[in-house]
Amino acid sequence: MSENRKCQVLIIGAGPGGYVAAIRSAQLGLDTIVVEGEKPGGVCLNIGCIPSKAIIHAAERYESLIKHSSKDGHMGISIEGKPEIDMKGVVEWKDGIVGRLTKGVEVLVKNSGAELINGWATFTSSKQCSVKTKDGEILIEAENVIIATGSTHIDLPFMPCDEEFVLSSTGALSLQKVPKKVAIVGGGYIGLELGCALSKLGSEVTVIEGMDSILAIMDKEIRRPLEIWLKKNKVTVHTNSLARGTKIKGKGAASKVELTFEKDSEEQKITVDKVLVTVGRSPNSRGWGLENMGIRMDTSGRFIRIDRQCRTSAPGVYAIGDVAGEPMLAHKASAQGEMVAEIISGEKREFDKIAIPAIVFTEPEIVSVGLNPDEAKERGEEIITGKFPLAANGRALTLEAEKTAGFIRVTARESDHVILGIQAVGSHVAELHGEFVLALEMGALLEDIADTVHAHPTMTEAFHESVLKTLGHAIHSA
Amino acid sequence: MGDYIFKLPDIGEGVVEGEIVAWHVKVGDSINEDDQIVDIMTDKATVTIPSPTGGVVTELSGEVGDMIAVGSALVTFSTDGSSINSQVEDLPEPEVTENPIVEEEKKTESVKKEIKKPAPETVKTVTESKVVVQSSGNKRILASPAVRRRARDADLELSLVSGSGPAGRIRHADLDAYIAAGGTVTGAPPTSYSTRRTDTNEIKVVGLRRKIAEQMVKSKFSIPHFSYFEEIDVTELEELRQMLNATRGDDQPKLTYLPFIMMALAKIMPNHKECNALYNEESNIVTQHSAVHLGIATQTERGLFVPVVKHVEAMDIWQSASEMQRVSGAARNGTASLDDLSGSTFTITSLGRDGGLGATPIINHPEVSILGVHKAREMPVVKDGKIVVRRIMNVSSSFDHRIVDGANGAALVQALKRMLEYPALIFM
Repeated sequence: MSENRKCQVLIIGAGPGGYVAAIRSAQLGLDTIVVEGEKPGGVCLNIGCIPSKAIIHAAERYESLIKHSSKDGHMGISIEGKPEIDMKGVVEWKDGIVGRLTKGVEVLVKNSGAELINGWATFTSSKQCSVKTKDGEILIEAENVIIATGSTHIDLPFMPCDEEFVLSSTGALSLQKVPKKVAIVGGGYIGLELGCALSKLGSEVTVIEGMDSILAIMDKEIRRPLEIWLKKNKVTVHTNSLARGTKIKGKGAASKVELTFEKDSEEQKITVDKVLVTVGRSPNSRGWGLENMGIRMDTSGRFIRIDRQCRTSAPGVYAIGDVAGEPMLAHKASAQGEMVAEIISGEKREFDKIAIPAIVFTEPEIVSVGLNPDEAKERGEEIITGKFPLAANGRALTLEAEKTAGFIRVTARESDHVILGIQAVGSHVAELHGEFVLALEMGALLEDIADTVHAHPTMTEAFHESVLKTLGHAIHSA
Repeated sequence: MGDYIFKLPDIGEGVVEGEIVAWHVKVGDSINEDDQIVDIMTDKATVTIPSPTGGVVTELSGEVGDMIAVGSALVTFSTDGSSINSQVEDLPEPEVTENPIVEEEKKTESVKKEIKKPAPETVKTVTESKVVVQSSGNKRILASPAVRRRARDADLELSLVSGSGPAGRIRHADLDAYIAAGGTVTGAPPTSYSTRRTDTNEIKVVGLRRKIAEQMVKSKFSIPHFSYFEEIDVTELEELRQMLNATRGDDQPKLTYLPFIMMALAKIMPNHKECNALYNEESNIVTQHSAVHLGIATQTERGLFVPVVKHVEAMDIWQSASEMQRVSGAARNGTASLDDLSGSTFTITSLGRDGGLGATPIINHPEVSILGVHKAREMPVVKDGKIVVRRIMNVSSSFDHRIVDGANGAALVQALKRMLEYPALIFM
């Protein structure tokens, strides 16, 4: 016997899009069910943003301990002996954080009044689905449906991830040992974030990238400090290179993996302990009955097509997050989830964001909000730009954040000084981005930032100064 | 030869159907690739869809006014089979023809689309799908998220609100002002004032228009005008007019107020000779006329004409009415003789038809007086201590102050008033 249920809002997927939609819709008094096939929190909490940042932080910690334990120490602090890493311990610590957060999500959803059902939903029509749970099948009929099924790691068919030698990011976040040698296929932000962390943990890292530069989403100037860091830290980068396949060599504990790739029409081979494949993510649009819902896909055929209110072509069915298009970022999904819940409750909302911030947690960190100078010019803007180095910021020096040659760069329209975009690169710059986005959303002019007092000593002063620089009168700049 | 069914392509974010508003082709037409096929109106814009191929149209799937879903058949072509891949359904980017605001949106959307293109998969080693930094174009509306939210809640189109902040930023106060001014937009978008009109139309001033212009300048620049206004109670005159019209013979024209005014002027003019005169500035001679030749300002398709009714003093009411109809008719249809159009000693301009309380008529140089007549209408009037309804006609007059003193001009109008208020006097 299957159980029959009805609700006002049915959400498929409890990732950063789905669980936020569930909480908001329950807050608004709607009868809400959210179905999750795996663990609540989605990729972000379980195998994405959060665990990677935990590993990155641990790697930073280890790197600085290495410095302190070197012969002359560092900053006058020295440690006898060498720090040891127990990767299992690191992963356990990381899992602890993930566990706390996923538990937290469950509690938040429950406390809001929404119901979380663990099981796999399959739609039979646009508003009906059956959910297979461990306790049997539940048939749910909903007035409104929010699809928040997220995305999955893309496998290379000729070298699929076995999570032993060929790893996806998921495997890379649960390593039991720091690999001596790692090859990363795909020099985008996921690969580079993990690459930097593994390098700090002592791995010898090689990056294989198909395009002519790594991190092509960022402009040349802003990714330059990252390229320098990689070089300094002996991370080998092969651009214009295509992976061709892998082969396991050796037996038992001593086995390694040989990666073949093609560079400049020449085949090369490297033998490493692990190959990490980070060539992108693909929206989860199969395996749950999308084909029975009568929903149109976008022109690429990959994503569900939505309008500015996240409505799909089926009435009462919404799609949010990774499954509904680029950028595939958790914070975009959450913002859409919140909005859709409000739309369903009858509020007038539209996804009218001026900017969705993009952050890369490499060493140094990279932040981009709004347009970069080239993009602004392409749109026919007459612009002025200003750049302020972290090396001229007191707080950055005390944090050693200037060591990675970072800077903040502002682009504004020349005629009226409206800020069009802000990029930053440097250690610890990610946390500065909130003010950047606020500036864009508020329609700030350079003068708005210039006339705002920024506390001393903080790195936010560097933003203030970059704005003054754009206006032609930075204080702490030659 | 093969049939090719062209389906309504994806014509914009979130658009699932559109209305056929115009076909540019019909069955049997032979068309080329990129020829315009049809205009489809969606809730966002009207889009002209070009043909993806060349061929002969064999079927149109829908008539003007029909709603058609994206992906459903639109046109069937018979093709020669060489120019087309029958798999192809997607089009070159449709051309958006309406609504500039939407057009902008389209532009940014197409930019986004370009960024969205999936990276080539699997065979090549590629980076992650791009992290797109979504942002605004040049024309983005500057307003904080809170202002944008408020506007949406109030159903306001922010592009219609002018911002008083720096760089035109829209503040809460601007929204307040817009709402207070009743600018709240409900229902259909206000196309009439949401679109700025910027076109101009240059017309060369030639021919009659130039003549009129020169005449007006001559009059207005050389004659120091003074104007004088009066109300005339034509209740009695109206009664008389109605009676005469009711009893007129078949050969007699229908009477308006004008023949009565003409007759009255002819009657009083001997006592107001200074007003029925021509002034030659060069010789400094004013010629007062005993004959009353009345110019009747007449609006024609070609412009302003002043045909003349001669010797009104020698006519009865029917004759003056007939003659006025004849000369103004001749002026309108262009058959007026030079004689019909010259020789006036005083001009009447009828300002009445569309209402109006007063005007400052320009004297028909070299005359020295002009009378403007306004539409008669019923008005509350105090008579013997009571408010009564009377038919009131306003007149506006202008005089050449070099020749006609204020008192003289006023005297003419007062005499006319007396005549028209006691119309029996006209005929005594």
